[in-house]
Amino acid sequence: MATNLRKFNRFGSILTNHSNSLRRFSSPAASSGVLASADGQLLQSSKSINLYTAINQALHIALDSDPRSYIFGEDVGFGGVFRCTTGLADQFGKHRVFNTPLCEQGIVGFAIGLAAMGNRAIAEIQFADYIFPAFDQIVNEAAKFRYRSGNEFNCGGLTIRAPYGAVGHGALYHSQSPEAFFCHVPGLKVVIPRSPKEAKGLLLASIRDPNPVVFFEPKGLYRLAVEEVPEGDYTLPLSEAEVIREGSDITLVGWGAQLTTMEQACVDAEKEGISCELIDLKTLLPWDKETVEASVRKTGRLLISHEAPVTGGFGAEISASIVERCFLRLEAPVARVCGLDTPFPHVFEPFYMPTKNKILDAIKETVNF
Amino acid sequence: MATFFLSKSHKLIMHNLKSTKLLTFGVTNHTSSVANSLLSSHFLHTRSRPPLPNDAGFSRCFATVSSGRRSHTAVSFSDDVDQDQLSTEAPLQQELNFPGGKVKFTPNKLFTSGSSAERTQCYRVLNENGQLLIDSDSLKISKEVAVKMYRDMVTLQVMDTIFYEAQRQGRISFYLTTIGEEAINIASAAALSHNDFVFPQYREPGVLLWRGFTLQEFANQLFGNKYDQGKGRQMPIHYGSKKLNYITVSSTVATQIPHAVGAAYSLKMEKQDACTITYFGDGGSSTGDFHAGLNFSAVMEAPVIFFCRNNGWAISTPITDQLRSDGIVVRGKAYGIPSIRVDGNDALAIYSAVYEARKLAIEKQTPVLIEALTYRAGHHSTSDDSTKYRPADEIEWWRDGQNPVKRFRTWVENNGWWNDQVESEHRSNIRKQLSQAIQAAERVEKPPVADMFNDVYDVLPKNLNEQEVSLREHVKKHPQEYPSNVAV
Ligand SMILES: Cc1ncc(C[n+]2csc(CCOP(=O)(O)OP(=O)(O)O)c2C)c(N)n1
Ligand SMILES: [Mg+2]
Repeated sequence: MATNLRKFNRFGSILTNHSNSLRRFSSPAASSGVLASADGQLLQSSKSINLYTAINQALHIALDSDPRSYIFGEDVGFGGVFRCTTGLADQFGKHRVFNTPLCEQGIVGFAIGLAAMGNRAIAEIQFADYIFPAFDQIVNEAAKFRYRSGNEFNCGGLTIRAPYGAVGHGALYHSQSPEAFFCHVPGLKVVIPRSPKEAKGLLLASIRDPNPVVFFEPKGLYRLAVEEVPEGDYTLPLSEAEVIREGSDITLVGWGAQLTTMEQACVDAEKEGISCELIDLKTLLPWDKETVEASVRKTGRLLISHEAPVTGGFGAEISASIVERCFLRLEAPVARVCGLDTPFPHVFEPFYMPTKNKILDAIKETVNF
Repeated sequence: MATFFLSKSHKLIMHNLKSTKLLTFGVTNHTSSVANSLLSSHFLHTRSRPPLPNDAGFSRCFATVSSGRRSHTAVSFSDDVDQDQLSTEAPLQQELNFPGGKVKFTPNKLFTSGSSAERTQCYRVLNENGQLLIDSDSLKISKEVAVKMYRDMVTLQVMDTIFYEAQRQGRISFYLTTIGEEAINIASAAALSHNDFVFPQYREPGVLLWRGFTLQEFANQLFGNKYDQGKGRQMPIHYGSKKLNYITVSSTVATQIPHAVGAAYSLKMEKQDACTITYFGDGGSSTGDFHAGLNFSAVMEAPVIFFCRNNGWAISTPITDQLRSDGIVVRGKAYGIPSIRVDGNDALAIYSAVYEARKLAIEKQTPVLIEALTYRAGHHSTSDDSTKYRPADEIEWWRDGQNPVKRFRTWVENNGWWNDQVESEHRSNIRKQLSQAIQAAERVEKPPVADMFNDVYDVLPKNLNEQEVSLREHVKKHPQEYPSNVAV
């Protein structure tokens, strides 16, 4: 595994920041969350690793800490097409980490049954774009298993992992961000991490959460995002958003890979004298309205950004909720900088994307409204 | 197990019998049954043979509620039948007239085997040395067709080599080869007619090549330039051509299978002298769409050819992790579809099988399944390194000894239709054409940004119109942020 690590440095404390880390989020507050939930290991050693390695570590810990946990999906046996399950079959055996036939509805249906028997079923969908054959199993089965049985049964041990989002050349079927479809489904949790440390802690929390969780991984960051990650077992709380950059003029809300772009816009806005507060929502369902509301009460302005098409995207839900709660406090219309209402195009990707400049322009418009 | 199930459904039948008129067939030896009195007479011939000794153990009453082609079966088991009475009053039936045909009774508690000791045979015409098998049941191919087949197989090989290289050089973002499956591509295409519709997966560009898609058209799609039929929207290798009846490739595996069935139904209703063909892999045969498609085709009696390229691998997943049936061919039988297994590296066998399948599909208005056994001799795609999960000697064995192009060449050459000189001329000619095509495709600008918005619907709705206008304004403000080869 060491070969997968971009940097192989040991640090005495997770509070130590690696100065060369790519895409590290400037958030002094961020590390305290880890500390609080790091199983009391305040001085856990950490390493600078990329996002897929962080996922791999979380899966490793999940298998190690619960003998009734299973990991499976297309090509999972040899490590997965994104290498997230590398080495797991060798270490934990082919009965706990295995390939499935090419059938997403089968993968999720199987996982629901496995979870309903009291196991932790960690199912991988190779690309979020291919989750749709499993839509019925997720929406009508997993999400309603507990409710429809009067809590006689549940499939809370189910976690569905799927890489999502733009990578530069994925086009229609290797780029989509389908989170909003699942945010419309009571009974599901939807979680999206922004960085390696977040990915590990949130994935372990999702696996251990007693509800079915759809966990979307920003595949564009698998190799690109490198961060200090505690080596041991820790979880980060679900349904808790985090202010990752404090500011006073406008609140920006996002999740996953889009936060990287948003942070760049915040940095540029600061140069022009605009102070932006950036919030990582982390869990989209059920989401932390209070943190967003508190921030908007402070700044009076809100901008939401996601890669998925703007119409019917989760930004619409955030916007509506905040207008309900902060109508009199708002000084400008809520801005949404999102993907366009087209399928995800190949050569037009740079035009389709909610880029830093689109966000920066929207920040300025909103602040100068 | 069946008995257990039947006994559980004891009372079901009464509820299911909504109308006596709907009853068309079934058998009974159970005099007290309501269903019995409802049965019409034409099933009585099922009682004609003398009873088997243990038949009484199967005393039960069946009835079928049927309306037209869609029939529902209700089943009931009677556990209070007087056996003596049965044997004296009426001859016991030996078989059941059940929807789909008569089913014989047996006293033996036999489960059908999950695995077949003997696997379905594989139809072959040319052996691995390129010699005809004695007595092979195959069609004659004219020199003209055979030579075009061979030329196209070579063209496909050269295309793969050069486009793969272009991807490695970073000139295109992605590529996927057909290496090892050249015979499947070209020979199946050769046996079809141009008015047959093709619903491809993604490893069948040879079908397009056969039909006349030019090297320049391939290159234009790979570069996503403004001459790409797909207008630069999809990843490389997602070809499509209205002119050539080749439905545009989608990355989603096997979704095309039910489409081919629906399209075939249209050809049937329009009484066309044509069928559809859909290609898919061994991996694709695991999807719900595969099973839905096969079942629909049988029920709708649609003239569709299901062509499964069983190449042993679905990315890193070996066939043993994919399925445990005797491949895919046996599933055709399970769905009531005439099926054949062919040697996927034998161009002549594929040609004959597809030709025959097409005839069967159109004349008999039936689906046909073909499973071609072959090997994905290249990596899955340029995103894959298959040496990570399969032994090099396995790849070598297939690439070398089973090479379908080499095999076909031997046969064509032995017929005196081909030689070294033509071979090297053809190869260098194609290489030249390809490098020109790549250079040309690379120079051509991308489709205009309006093509990002067009075709989402037939006409641009307001929301997209607004988005297009504001995108234009934005790009005007930040031109340096956007690619210069896309007209705004
Ligand atoms: C519905 C769906 N799930 C997963 C994928 C990812 N994927 C692309 S190709 C492939 C393997 C397909 O194997 P097979 O059908 O045998 O075709 P082959 O590549 O061998 O020609 C997979 C899993 C996909 N494209 N679509
Ligand atoms: Mg395959």
